[in-house]
Amino acid sequence: MKVKSKKPNLAEGDLTPMIDMTFQLIAFFMVLINFSQTESNERVVLPSSQLVKPPEKPLEFPIILHVAKDGEIILGGDSYTTETLSTGLRRELAVLRAEKKSPKDANVIIRGHQDVAAGQVQEIIRVAQDQQLEQFALRAKEDRS
Amino acid sequence: MRMRHEVEHEKNELNMTSMIDIVFLLLVFFVMTFKIVEMEGDFTVRMPLAGDSNATSDVTDLPLKLRLRADNDGKLTSMSLNEINLGTDFTKLRANVIGLVGTDEPAEDDDGPEIEIDTDYNLRYAYVIQAITSVSGYRDDTDQVVKLIEKIKFAKPRR
Repeated sequence: MKVKSKKPNLAEGDLTPMIDMTFQLIAFFMVLINFSQTESNERVVLPSSQLVKPPEKPLEFPIILHVAKDGEIILGGDSYTTETLSTGLRRELAVLRAEKKSPKDANVIIRGHQDVAAGQVQEIIRVAQDQQLEQFALRAKEDRS
Repeated sequence: MRMRHEVEHEKNELNMTSMIDIVFLLLVFFVMTFKIVEMEGDFTVRMPLAGDSNATSDVTDLPLKLRLRADNDGKLTSMSLNEINLGTDFTKLRANVIGLVGTDEPAEDDDGPEIEIDTDYNLRYAYVIQAITSVSGYRDDTDQVVKLIEKIKFAKPRR
């Protein structure tokens, strides 16, 4: 009887290395995950530029406008045209005023698709200017080639 | 004696199954949400509505004018900087900007020269960004950014 109980249990493998690896993988993905991805839009392919660098600190009071290839403007998940954009901007500015800030403090970040008509972007800037906004940021992706 | 030994043995064995389940769930979550992010940056443009700005009427402060022309497909056909024709060559544009404004740092109280970009309506946005890149600076041999024009504005849209 005693000899039989010493027989090794083959069903029980050593899980330690696997758990080690899995934790390593989790740590890797956790470090690399970027929740600021929420401010991107899959319909926008940014133009590239060799000069832009990721900002050291995020812009204050950002209003992010995604401009798709067909000129559709996406602000906070809602779709606008240049004619209706002012309604969306007014809504954003109401939030800003509630925080006792003026439109001049806001930064309009324009994420334009690389093939959108430049005039469309100019129109957007004009609509934003009508709402007293004056600081604009034209977003581009970093080109390291 | 034998009974006691068996109880001790059971205590040492942890049940790992539930932990591994959770760990794999976490792993799957992070793998699914993972996306390689491209580094992005901004060109800042300060453009108050014309008229209420503290625009100077001084003739010497007039901005440089960059005109971009496009064909029907939105492709760049020609550029001109202050009536100097540059074709579609962005290096030529940069060389001309360096020739006009120099690479010296502007004085403390001066924001430096200003450029007004006047583009055809249907020109592709990528060309505009390329033009802005060319006029706002370049990377030197040591990969340092040399700034040229920081004040950029757009002319009225052409319809």
